[in-house]
Amino acid sequence: MSARSEPGLRAPQSRTEEAQLEPILNVEDLSVRISGLHILQGVSFTVAPTGVTVLLGRNGVGKTTTLRAIVGLTPPAGEVRGAIRMGARSLLARPTHRLVRGGLGYVPEDRCVFAGLTVAENLRLAERRGTTPAYDRVFALFPELDRRGRQRAGSLSGGQQQMLAIGRVLLNDNRLLLVDEPTKGLAPKVVTEVAEVLERVAESVPVLLVEQNLAVVRRLARDAVVLAAGRVAWTGDARELLLETGLTKSLLGVGSAEVRAPSARSELASPAVARKDQP
Amino acid sequence: MGTVILLTLTGLGLAALYFLVASGLSLVFGLADVLNFAHGLFLGVGAYGTWWAAGNLPGAGSDGFGFVLAVAFGVAAGTLVAILVELVLIRPLYSRTIEQVLVTVGLSLAGVALLQATWGADARPFPRPDWTRQVTGILGAQVPNGGLLLILAAALVLGAILAFLRWTRYGLVIRAGVENREMVTALGIDVRKAFTLVFAIGGAAAALAGALGGVYFGTVSPGQGGSLLIFAFIVVVIGGMGSVVGSAYAAVVVGLVQQFVNYYGTSGLGDICVVGLLAVVLLLRPQGIAGKVATA
Repeated sequence: MSARSEPGLRAPQSRTEEAQLEPILNVEDLSVRISGLHILQGVSFTVAPTGVTVLLGRNGVGKTTTLRAIVGLTPPAGEVRGAIRMGARSLLARPTHRLVRGGLGYVPEDRCVFAGLTVAENLRLAERRGTTPAYDRVFALFPELDRRGRQRAGSLSGGQQQMLAIGRVLLNDNRLLLVDEPTKGLAPKVVTEVAEVLERVAESVPVLLVEQNLAVVRRLARDAVVLAAGRVAWTGDARELLLETGLTKSLLGVGSAEVRAPSARSELASPAVARKDQP
Repeated sequence: MGTVILLTLTGLGLAALYFLVASGLSLVFGLADVLNFAHGLFLGVGAYGTWWAAGNLPGAGSDGFGFVLAVAFGVAAGTLVAILVELVLIRPLYSRTIEQVLVTVGLSLAGVALLQATWGADARPFPRPDWTRQVTGILGAQVPNGGLLLILAAALVLGAILAFLRWTRYGLVIRAGVENREMVTALGIDVRKAFTLVFAIGGAAAALAGALGGVYFGTVSPGQGGSLLIFAFIVVVIGGMGSVVGSAYAAVVVGLVQQFVNYYGTSGLGDICVVGLLAVVLLLRPQGIAGKVATA
């Protein structure tokens, strides 16, 4: 498999006119090394200023590492090289809280709600001085969060916790959302709910999404970036990718039958590559 | 009966002292993952600050409002030192555990040496209001007022810290940060400000422990902080790192066990029992009484 994205693999007609506008995020030659492991080895891709760009790949190829590098959460022992730019601004070496205040919303893997705090407190934490928190927007998407304000976040179901994690980020205006595996471990019905919400969110703010569930990818994503072994293996139109049985099979390890299955909770992990993204 | 009550109340007085030191240690460790061996220094600064102010600060003295002023000066000095230690020594070393331990251990040694060099190694009589030397009869026991003052102060500090954690924005940030610091920064919050604040709170509580411990023991000496710190660490581990309420429970247990066993058993056996208690808790419930949650 080719390590870099080859121009020949790109489907030129697939890019919509909108996506040809200036990208919201440029990642150039990004390398991340964490305690000796060279997890990313020169990753370059762009994120379109509208819609959902999905970051795909088998387990352990560095999808989460990429998102965390963008938001400045590479562990202190890690080393990041390359360039990450949002517009003209370089994001590298800036503290996470500054990046987030600058309009980078991050919904981490495994949701990471504060289990000991109430739902209302989890939301209150995301409020910022000088701006009016958009509770209307959040409660319109997730009326459940309004009703469960006094409940401890730790006692919410997985789906509700995911709603809270997304709602927390939507309390402020963002220029780009990074969303890491939002449907992981959720029941099929809840997966659909989360996908619906992300679809609505993506109408107003671009999203860089890491997602293993190809049914969700098919529904949401316009552009796709596929990582393999710490490098970009393919970029282009997401639907194009999912239609190419050979491609999905070689890059993601699944056949298109799994893609088409309506309740596909595709397990992309093959036991041979069960290494976690994070050490 | 009188003996039991006396032992209970003096045990609680000791517990109050432990709690004042441990609450700050616990929050600092829970939020910032810093094992602060220099925490005893804040206690020493509080004690000597109060002692110095009572003799030298205009308006301050050893009785009435002058004494309150002297204690306030001591607490302010301890808080200031805690903030400086965080800003200058700890902040460049976050996530470098070994270096932190070395710096704080070194600082605690240097601090004690500095206090000794300035005011001598011997214990000095502590200025205290006359009423704290007297005893109050409670259910047939003659309880020293200094101990009661400590219990009252610790209860107030506990209430104040809990109210702060529960009702203020920074309290919310601290509780969230104890749970998952990284996620707090991912919500756009500069968590390092909360670190400084937690050091300040811990420094203030420890300095108050120093001042009121001086009242309780009647003397002040450079090494006082160090010996208290060991038991405060035990209290923090038993109570659960990061939990103020856990520290309060653990302080009461440790204080009472120590007092009762030292009285009814051999003197010194109580200290060993406390270490045994620590071992039992670590084996049965390694996360401590309250686990890693800054409960409010």
